[in-house]
Amino acid sequence: MIGSDSGLDLSINRVRAMVRRYWYLLRSSSPRVLDLIYWPPVQMLMWGFLQLYVSQNGGPFARASGVFIGAVLLWDILFRGQLGFSISFLEEMYAHNLANLMMSPLRPVEFIAALMIMSVVRLLIGMIPVTLLAILFFGFNLWSLGFALAAFFANLILTSWAIGIFVAGLLLRNGLGAESMAWTIMFLFLPLTCVYYPVTVLPDFLQYVAWALPPTYVFEGMRALLIDHVFRADLMLEAVAFNVVLFAAASLAFLKLLQSARAQGSLLQTGE
Amino acid sequence: MDAQNTSAIAVDRLVKLYKGVAAVDGISFRLAPGSITGLLGGNGAGKTTTIAMIMGLVTPTSGTVTVLGMQMPKDRYRVLHRMNFESPYVALPMRLTVRQNLSVFAQLYAVADIDERIAGLAADLELTEFLDRATGKLSAGQKTRVSLAKALLNRPEVLLLDEPTASLDPDTADWVRGRLDHYRREQGATVLLASHNMTEVERLCERVIIMKKGRIEDDDTPQRLLDRYGRETLEEVFLDVARGRGEHREAAQ
Repeated sequence: MIGSDSGLDLSINRVRAMVRRYWYLLRSSSPRVLDLIYWPPVQMLMWGFLQLYVSQNGGPFARASGVFIGAVLLWDILFRGQLGFSISFLEEMYAHNLANLMMSPLRPVEFIAALMIMSVVRLLIGMIPVTLLAILFFGFNLWSLGFALAAFFANLILTSWAIGIFVAGLLLRNGLGAESMAWTIMFLFLPLTCVYYPVTVLPDFLQYVAWALPPTYVFEGMRALLIDHVFRADLMLEAVAFNVVLFAAASLAFLKLLQSARAQGSLLQTGE
Repeated sequence: MDAQNTSAIAVDRLVKLYKGVAAVDGISFRLAPGSITGLLGGNGAGKTTTIAMIMGLVTPTSGTVTVLGMQMPKDRYRVLHRMNFESPYVALPMRLTVRQNLSVFAQLYAVADIDERIAGLAADLELTEFLDRATGKLSAGQKTRVSLAKALLNRPEVLLLDEPTASLDPDTADWVRGRLDHYRREQGATVLLASHNMTEVERLCERVIIMKKGRIEDDDTPQRLLDRYGRETLEEVFLDVARGRGEHREAAQ
């Protein structure tokens, strides 16, 4: 059964159709665009000013003034990447359009590809202005990280897609009753992936959990770069390896949940 | 060539259980290519579940569904582009204009010359003046016509309709029925129409399948059903079946 859903016979045209659908929606609603843009600067300013205050007391933060700002910007990539994926999916449920899509020739792999593309589009709309504001307010230029930023971004977006795919499966299976997962699941990662502090701060048993999560390697890598001025390629490679496992597990879970949704008739009733 | 391959739709001993309760309970029927069939039944009779299994949206517990020679849901991606579906309970995105919605679905169904097809359908379904209006701002009748346009975009050989005129005023409903009949005759499409509306079924369908509690209670032409039950209208036949009078009469005979 999974075989029929997982067909990799991907049509670029159908992916384009779905991307157009979400682009039309985004373009038609200025509150949706505003929602993408306003929150990241609020977060960045708050953490940036906190960083300024803390750095006055010396220590590693005095040596690397961008650690908190870098952390909050990278966290936003992770959080907003997943949210961008999940919100596009939720739009179909809000619109009662899911059955139309599921009964069309659109394949799950094409649907997911379109959601991935839209998550990047939504992320860029939200992130580009905030990175420019970070330069303006704190002289922190995320773009100057160059190749390291590309490695951080690739790993974080992969994790966000994996979580987004898993949440989409939950929504297919459980309808809008699982909606809150789409908004909150990433916060589970916030303390465990050590966004704002090193892994060594955690109790020993939680360190094992933290090192099983790909974003932990990215945030440790960011601290190594900003504090010690060293790009840790080893951490990035480990993150990729964990991401591959996470992505495969999420895809498998999605297909199982879709299969279960078809068996339970959940695709007919996508309400609460 | 066996009957499954010559039928547009072949349903064989189809069962769907939800937590042990049968929504569809061992039904079988075959629809000839180009035919129009009404699926009648009260709430919970199993009509929508049957249509959903034919579309591959719901997996049967047991039994088989074959559409245009392809087994559902296993082969659904080999046949879904030749089918389509319309229901007032499934909406199109409200913020998108009619043209945007239709062009997205046209691309999903790999329709050739999308602009021309949309213009043609819009003219046919009297939607031209609404093409650039947000779908959510249309009246119920206009939205139904947009959904119908979406369902006809790919010139489906098999068209499944779930209460296509529910919530429409009698005049608009009659107009929609006229368009459906026209499409079916012009394209030679096979149509399966689930409905509560007896007038609709009487006007459009050459065959009626009556369902009750997941089973097929009767299956014949409208005229033969009227004769057999000794009734003037399908509504009376439907009430006889719903209230078990048909069974009582058969028992008495």
